[in-house]
Amino acid sequence: MQRTTMDLWVGVFVITGIIALMILSLKVGNLNVYNPAQSYVITGNFENIGGLKIRAPVKSAGVVVGRVTNIQFSTETYDAVVTMSMDGQFEFPKDTFASILTSGLLGEQYIGLAAGGDEVKLKEGDKIMKTNSAMVLEELIGRFLFNKAAEDDSF
Amino acid sequence: MASETLIEVNDLNFSYPTRAILNGINMSMRRGQVIAVMGGSGSGKTTLLRLISGAIQPTSGYVKFAGEVVHELDRDALFKLRRKMGMLFQFGALFTDLSVFDNVAFQMREHTNLPESMIRDLVLMKLHAVGLRGGHQLMPNELSGGMARRVALARSIALDPMLIMYDEPFTGLDPISLSVIGNLIRRLTDSLGMTSIVVTHDVHESLKIVDYVYFIADGVIAAEGTPQEVRESIAPFVHQFIHGEEDGPVPFHYPAQAYRKDLNLEDIVA
Amino acid sequence: MLKQIISGIQNIGHRAIESVWRLGVASRFFILVLLKSGTSLRRFNLVIRELYFTGVLSLIIIVVSGLFVGMVLGLQGYETLQKYGSESAVGTLVALSLVRELGPVVAALLFASRAGSAITAEIGLMKATEQLAAMGMMAVDPIARVVAPRFWAGVISMPFLAAMFSVMGVFGGYLVTVLFIGVDEGSYWSQMQSAVDFRFDILNGFIKSCFFGVAVTAIAVFEGYDAPPTAEGVSGATTRTVVTSSLVILGLDFILTAFMFRGVS
Repeated sequence: MQRTTMDLWVGVFVITGIIALMILSLKVGNLNVYNPAQSYVITGNFENIGGLKIRAPVKSAGVVVGRVTNIQFSTETYDAVVTMSMDGQFEFPKDTFASILTSGLLGEQYIGLAAGGDEVKLKEGDKIMKTNSAMVLEELIGRFLFNKAAEDDSF
Repeated sequence: MASETLIEVNDLNFSYPTRAILNGINMSMRRGQVIAVMGGSGSGKTTLLRLISGAIQPTSGYVKFAGEVVHELDRDALFKLRRKMGMLFQFGALFTDLSVFDNVAFQMREHTNLPESMIRDLVLMKLHAVGLRGGHQLMPNELSGGMARRVALARSIALDPMLIMYDEPFTGLDPISLSVIGNLIRRLTDSLGMTSIVVTHDVHESLKIVDYVYFIADGVIAAEGTPQEVRESIAPFVHQFIHGEEDGPVPFHYPAQAYRKDLNLEDIVA
Repeated sequence: MLKQIISGIQNIGHRAIESVWRLGVASRFFILVLLKSGTSLRRFNLVIRELYFTGVLSLIIIVVSGLFVGMVLGLQGYETLQKYGSESAVGTLVALSLVRELGPVVAALLFASRAGSAITAEIGLMKATEQLAAMGMMAVDPIARVVAPRFWAGVISMPFLAAMFSVMGVFGGYLVTVLFIGVDEGSYWSQMQSAVDFRFDILNGFIKSCFFGVAVTAIAVFEGYDAPPTAEGVSGATTRTVVTSSLVILGLDFILTAFMFRGVS
């Protein structure tokens, strides 16, 4: 049985496969950014989430600090409950302001966090109290027309 | 040769849904015998071997091997029984991805926990018995037809079975290989004390080595006897078979309608 | 004329029943292979041997094809994206197409024609030359000894091959866009990394390739085992392996994609 050479090649094959998987995870993907072991989960209620999707980034000052992990509709408050998984190394004050923003004119939507001044930090399971909904185009246009009409009336 | 009966075939029937193959076969084979089963092509000889090995189930009747009814065994018991059987397929059926050595060692490695050094000795002994000890490193595609069959023979005696079945062992061999295989069958049967069933239509080679002959035709045993009896038989079928006559009880023509009618000659004449 | 139509319809019906029948036999065979896999796990050497034939010998075709597919993706992606001034997103395009779809799917298609057909031909020839019957006569179950190791080797090697295909593709895209065309290297990688998610893209691609591995090898071993023991029988079975696997891969890909990426961008 000339097993040795064949075993060697199979070994090489398996190692190459594992290396390929690791390259995919670390170099191509963003496994290093999204580390569930050191993350904490917070929620926020939004009146309107617009086109926000699960897995959308949570950014603060343009830096990705977490990701949206779940979006649900609450029948108690009749608004959207967005669950975010935050990177453990970034802590935010309790009165942080969360708003749904759009990157670019037609880009994907993300949650922007603006830190407040509270001494107490947000921790696992906390809820962001101050939120700002997504801007919906129809509402924007509606508000614009309404204002315009009001202006016209005043003349 | 009055030793115990190894195989008893009792009123064995086998049929496919559309066609009956065997109709009431009775046989009895004793230990140490070489038995030939002869018959024309498609007469059900190979089916008989498959029934003895339990590969297919009889429609009725039974085969008893070493006291056990083959078709009543469950899978595990059948596999246990098959370790006592060997089978030589028509063209050897060597495992083409294994060397000659590994082919012969196959069963030992599968069924025993013998150390590799002992397997080596055993394999070389088996190969020596068929005269191919020197070729143990060859691959099956480097062997001639006769050599492949000798290796297959060595492989089938690897675990010293009680019975070896040979499915057309003489097909497509040159005269020298033919008598080598024939003599090996006889010699191994005698020295290992096993029973051999040779399914063949090679009359002359087999009559030289066997103890008893069964003729199968149309699913029944048409004739049986020792080679001496068979040679002297005046039964028309046996006579035709042994002397290779073209026409006789086994007709030359496949059943057909009248020749003239097939050629549309009838109208012309009429 | 009417007779021909009727016999045509009969023919279609007959074929439909026949395929359902075969599907049933195939499923039963698949279960049987799973049940008899104990030997392969106990004697892993058998699987390693087959890993060499299915995995190692497929390496070349996978690596080379992956490289070229990645290069073409890079080139085409660049051509299209530069019209919108977003050629820096070419890394994202290459990586996402490869990791989500092309890696698992094309690797599986190549695997079906390279390794799947070989498995079918080998098992079919073993059957035609009575090697399987001989094995059965030696009280060794051919499904446990011949079929199961090949099945598991295929299942194991498929995800690895798909991953290698994707990596080579990303590298090929890098070669073309960064080295030849001159897209910024930093944006190639960083845009890729921010867009490709481990759980949603890479893990799902991995799961896909596992499914494909099971499907292709299951089809290959079944067609081989079920092949009529003649030369035409084996060649027909080999062709069927490639055709059936390709169709199953694409169909399965649609179903899996619908499950995995529904509701997420």
